[in-house]
Amino acid sequence: MIMCKTSKEIGGMGHSLKRKEDARFIRGLGKYTDDVQLPGMLYMDIARSPFAYAKIKSIDKSAAMEIPGVLAVITGEDLKQYNLHWMPTLMSDTQMVLPTDTVMYQAQEVAAVIATDRYIAADAVQALENSIEYEQMKPLIDPHKALDADAPLLRPDKEGRTDNHIWHWQTGDQEATEQAFDEADVVVKEQVYIPRIHVASIETCGCVASYEKAEGKLTVWMTTQAPHAIRTVIALVAGHVGLSEERIRVISPDIGGGFGGKVPVYPGYVIAIAASFLIGKPVKWIEDRSENLQADSFARDYHMTVELASTKEGKMTGLRIKTLADHGYTDAAANPSKFPSGLFSIVTGSYDIPTAFTEMDAVYTNKPPGGVAYRCSFRVTEAVHAIERITDVLAQKLGRDPADLRFQNFIQKDQFPYRSALGWEYDSGDYAPALRKAMDMVGYEELRKEQAEKRARGELMGIGISSFTEIVGAGPSKDFDILGIKMFDSAEVRIHPTGKAIARFGTKSQGQGHETTYAQILAEELGIPAMHIQIEEGDTDTAPYGLGTYASRSTPTAGAAAAKAAHKIRDKARKIAAYLLEVSEEDLEWEPGKFFVKGAPERSKTIQDIAFAAYTNHPQGMEAGLEATHYYDPPNLTFPFGSYICVMDIDPKTAEMKIRRFVAIDDCGNIINPMIVTGQIHGGLAMGIAPAMYEELIYDDDGNILNGTFMDYLLPTSVETPNWETGHTITPSPHHPLGAKGVAESPTVGAPPAVANAVVDALSHLGVTHVDIPVTPFKVWKILKEKGVIS
Amino acid sequence: MIPPTFDYLVPATLPEAIALLHEHGDEAKVLAGGHSLIPAMRLRFAEPSHLIDISHIPGLDYVREEGGFLKIGTMAREVVLEDLPWISERYPLLVDTTKMIADPQVRNLATVGGNLAHGDPANDHPATMLAYRAEIEITGASGARIVPIDEFFTDFFTTALEHGEILTEIRIPIPPSRSGGCYLKVERKVGDYAAAAVAVQLSLAADGSIEQAGIGLTNVAALPTRAVDAENALRGQQPSDALFAQAGQLAADASSPADDLRGSAEYKLTLIRELIQRALRRSVERAQGRS
Repeated sequence: MIMCKTSKEIGGMGHSLKRKEDARFIRGLGKYTDDVQLPGMLYMDIARSPFAYAKIKSIDKSAAMEIPGVLAVITGEDLKQYNLHWMPTLMSDTQMVLPTDTVMYQAQEVAAVIATDRYIAADAVQALENSIEYEQMKPLIDPHKALDADAPLLRPDKEGRTDNHIWHWQTGDQEATEQAFDEADVVVKEQVYIPRIHVASIETCGCVASYEKAEGKLTVWMTTQAPHAIRTVIALVAGHVGLSEERIRVISPDIGGGFGGKVPVYPGYVIAIAASFLIGKPVKWIEDRSENLQADSFARDYHMTVELASTKEGKMTGLRIKTLADHGYTDAAANPSKFPSGLFSIVTGSYDIPTAFTEMDAVYTNKPPGGVAYRCSFRVTEAVHAIERITDVLAQKLGRDPADLRFQNFIQKDQFPYRSALGWEYDSGDYAPALRKAMDMVGYEELRKEQAEKRARGELMGIGISSFTEIVGAGPSKDFDILGIKMFDSAEVRIHPTGKAIARFGTKSQGQGHETTYAQILAEELGIPAMHIQIEEGDTDTAPYGLGTYASRSTPTAGAAAAKAAHKIRDKARKIAAYLLEVSEEDLEWEPGKFFVKGAPERSKTIQDIAFAAYTNHPQGMEAGLEATHYYDPPNLTFPFGSYICVMDIDPKTAEMKIRRFVAIDDCGNIINPMIVTGQIHGGLAMGIAPAMYEELIYDDDGNILNGTFMDYLLPTSVETPNWETGHTITPSPHHPLGAKGVAESPTVGAPPAVANAVVDALSHLGVTHVDIPVTPFKVWKILKEKGVIS
Repeated sequence: MIPPTFDYLVPATLPEAIALLHEHGDEAKVLAGGHSLIPAMRLRFAEPSHLIDISHIPGLDYVREEGGFLKIGTMAREVVLEDLPWISERYPLLVDTTKMIADPQVRNLATVGGNLAHGDPANDHPATMLAYRAEIEITGASGARIVPIDEFFTDFFTTALEHGEILTEIRIPIPPSRSGGCYLKVERKVGDYAAAAVAVQLSLAADGSIEQAGIGLTNVAALPTRAVDAENALRGQQPSDALFAQAGQLAADASSPADDLRGSAEYKLTLIRELIQRALRRSVERAQGRS
C-alpha cells in the first residue's frame, strides 16, 4: 500500500502524476538533436569498413571531392596532424577516431565527408567507399581463440602487449571457495553464454557541433546521457588545440532512449567537433539506423562457466564463476573506473551463499568495441542470469521445486544489512514475501498440476522463476568514479518570489520522466505543487555538475540531492517563518506546505508566504533569496529486488513459443510515482524478453555481421509482449533520504532468466538442463529433434 | 540509408505511365505502395533513375466480384482487404494472408499488386495466389494480356512482366460453395518473412470429399512454390489425418529451402509438414462452415 503524505494538489511522493514532459512528447513536439538547425550548418557522413580486419592501402579522396557541395574529406591522417586520431575510452583503453593504417571491425569509421547537404554527403560516402583500397587480413572473431599462439596480435599499438588479453579481474576468496566445492555434497556446472546485443534506442546517436571562431566557444548538442562528463572529456582531450572547459558547452536536448548506449564517446562526435573547429561552421552528424546497429558499442557478450555447490539438503555453500569477456577491438565498456567488469560481483544474488569466487578475463577480437551497460546496472544482467539459471539447475539436480529451493536459500529479513561473500553490503531486503506474492498471483501450485497433466499428454509448458537482487545508485565516492570524477550527483533548487520553483540537475532523462519525479520529490519536501516546479537538465552552462543518468542511478543520487537541497531550503524557510510569526524556530512544526506554531495551528505561514518574504521582507542580516544546491555522495548503493514468474507454452510440433503469463513483483523501496514505476517495469520487461527470445548480434567467421538491419536483428513488438501482470512490495532503503531505490533496470536484469528457466522447465523431463538465450523456436526444435520428440 | 538522387514522376493515366516506362528505359521503376522498393533504395541495393508513381492514377484500387472472378486492382492497399466484411467471409485465405504481412502501418500503404510484382519468394501473396489458381492481368503499350499464376513467377525476383509493362489486376476465380482456405505462417516475430508458410484453398464435393485443392508454399525455394503432388493426392479423397499427413510430406518434398538465420532446411521442412496438416484441417472446417 502506497501512502501519500501530500495532497493530490501538491502531488508529492506516491501520487501517479501524469508525466509533465508528455505534453510535448505525445504531440511530437520534443526537441531532439536532429531538430537543431543552425545557419550555414554543414552535414557529415561517414565511410565505413566493409571488412573486419584489413590494412588500408590507400584512400583516394578525389571522386568524393568532385561532387558539388562536398567541402572536405577527413581521414585518420588528417586528424593525426592534431593528435586527434586516437581517443581514450572510459576504461582507459584507446580507440581510433579514424584509422591511419588498419581497420579493426566491419562498419568501423574509415573517413568522413563534410557537405552542404545530407544527401550530397551520402552520395560522397558512396564515392569514397569505392575509392578506398584494403588488404584483407584473417580476423580474430572467436574470443576463445584470442589467446591461441597463432592468433593475430590485434593491438600492436599498445606498448609491451604480446597477446590479446586485456585484463584479469577476480573477486572473492578463492581458497575458501575451493574448499566449499571440495566438501560439497552436490556440485552443478553449466556453460552460460550471454550474447552480444545492441542498444536499439529509437533515436540513433548524433550531434551538432558549432565552433564560433570569434569567441573561441564550442557548443555541442549531442545525444549523451552524461553531458557534464563529456564536457570535461572534451576539455581534457582537446585542450591542446585550445578548447578550454569554460568555452565548451554541451547541451543534451530531448533524448529518444539511451539505455547506456549514449554514455560512450563515439568517433563521430569527435570528428564532427574537429570538423566544426577547423571549418568554423556548425556540423551536424546523425547516424542512420544501420550505422547505429552495426558500429555502436554492443552490450553483454560474456561466456561464463558457472558452478554452484550445495549440501544434499539444498543449502548453497559456494559459487564459482569463470568468465571470458569479448570486448571487441578495444575495451570501450562504460563502467565505474575501478570496476572493469562492472558490478558483476552481485552474482551471489538473493541467496545466503557463504563463499564465492569469480574471475574473468577480457580479450580483444575484431568486433565493435564495448560493452556498454545496456539497462543492466553495470553487468548485473549477466550476474543475475548466472545465479538464477544455476539455481534452477541445482533444483533440477536435487529434484526440488525451484521456488522451494529459493525460499530455503534466501537471505533472511533479519540478516540485513547483509554482507555478501563478494563484499557488498545489501542495504535492505525481504525476499520471501515478493516470491510468495508472485506465486499467489500466478497460481503457482495449480500451474504445476497443469504442467504434470500436460506432460502426460505430450504437451510442453514451463514455469520459470527469477528472484533477482539488483545493485544500483553508483555510487559512494570512496569506490566509484569515472576517469577520476567521483560519482556523486547534484541538484540546484531556486524558489521564486511567488512560491514557484526551478530546479536543475546533473543527471539527464532519456525518457525516465525526471521532469515529473524530481518535481514530486521537491513537492514532497517543500509542499510546492509539483506542477509549479520546473525541472531542467542537460545544459552544462546552467545545470550543476553531475555524472549523468544510467545504471538506475538518478533517484538514488540526484533524487537524494533534491531532497537534501530541499531540506536546506526548509531550514532557511523555518528561520523566515519564525521571523514572520514572531516565534522562535523551535516553536514551529512543518507539514508539507507550511510551518505552524506548535499548539496553535491557525498561526502558520505557507511556503509561498515564506518565499515571498525571502525577497520582500526577510530578517535583517539574512541573505535574500531562497535557494540551495546539494551534491549528494551516497553512503551506499541501493539494492532493489523482485520475483518474476514466466509461464511458457511450447508447440511440440513447430517449437513455436508463447509467453502465456508473466508476473512481476518488484520492490524498489518507497515509490515516487507508481505510474512511472509501472511504465518503467513494462518497458524493462519487454527489453528483458528481447534478449531472452529474440536479440543477438551474429557474426560469421570473417567478422561480417549477419543481422545488421532490423529485418534480422529482432526487436519484439507489442504482438510478442504478453500482458504484464505487475505488483510490488515495499522495503525502504535505510540510507536514502526518501527510502527510495532505483528501479529502471530491475525488469531488464530480472526477466531473461525467468524466460530461460521457463523454457528449460518445459523441457526438463527430457533431460535438458540449460539453453542459452536467445531461446528461439529453431533452437528448441533442434532439442526436440535430438530428444526424439519431433521426428 | 539515404537513397541516391532519382526523378519522381506522377502519371495521371495508365497509358502515360507505360509511355514513361518506355521513355526512361531499364532504370525506371514503378512505384506503388513502395514497401519493398523504398527499403531497397535506402540501402542502395536498388538505384532507379526514375520512379513512376502509379498511385495517383484513378481507378486502379478496386476490389470487386465480376465475371466469375474476384478482381483486385493493382493499387488496392492491403488494408482494404482486411476491412471488407464480404472478403473475410468469402475469401478467408486472402484475409489470413493479408493479416500476416508486416504490420498495420505497412499494410496501410502496401499493395497486393506490388507484393506479387516484386517477385520475392518470401512474400506472402504469391503462395496464396498459387493456391487460388489466380490470373494476372498485365498491361503494356499494346494492351492487356492475361498470365496464369503458374507462369507469372519465372525466376528469383523475376516475373513475366516485360519492360514497359505494369501488373494491372489480380483475378481470383470465385470459389464454389463448400470452399475454404487458410494461410499459416511461422515467423520469428511479427512482420518477419516466413521461416515457412503455407496457403491452402480447397472445395468439397457434396459427399464431403475434396473436389479441388490448391497449395502454395512461401519462402521454401527460389520461387513461390506450388505443391502439385500434394494437391493431386488430396483430390477425390475424403479428408482424414492420414491423408493430410501424406499431403504434408508431399508438400515438403516439393520444397527446397535453404539454411539461414530463420533455421535449417530440415527445420523448415518440419514446419511445412506440420503447417500443411493444420491448414488442411482448418480449410476443411471452413469449407464445412464450421469456423
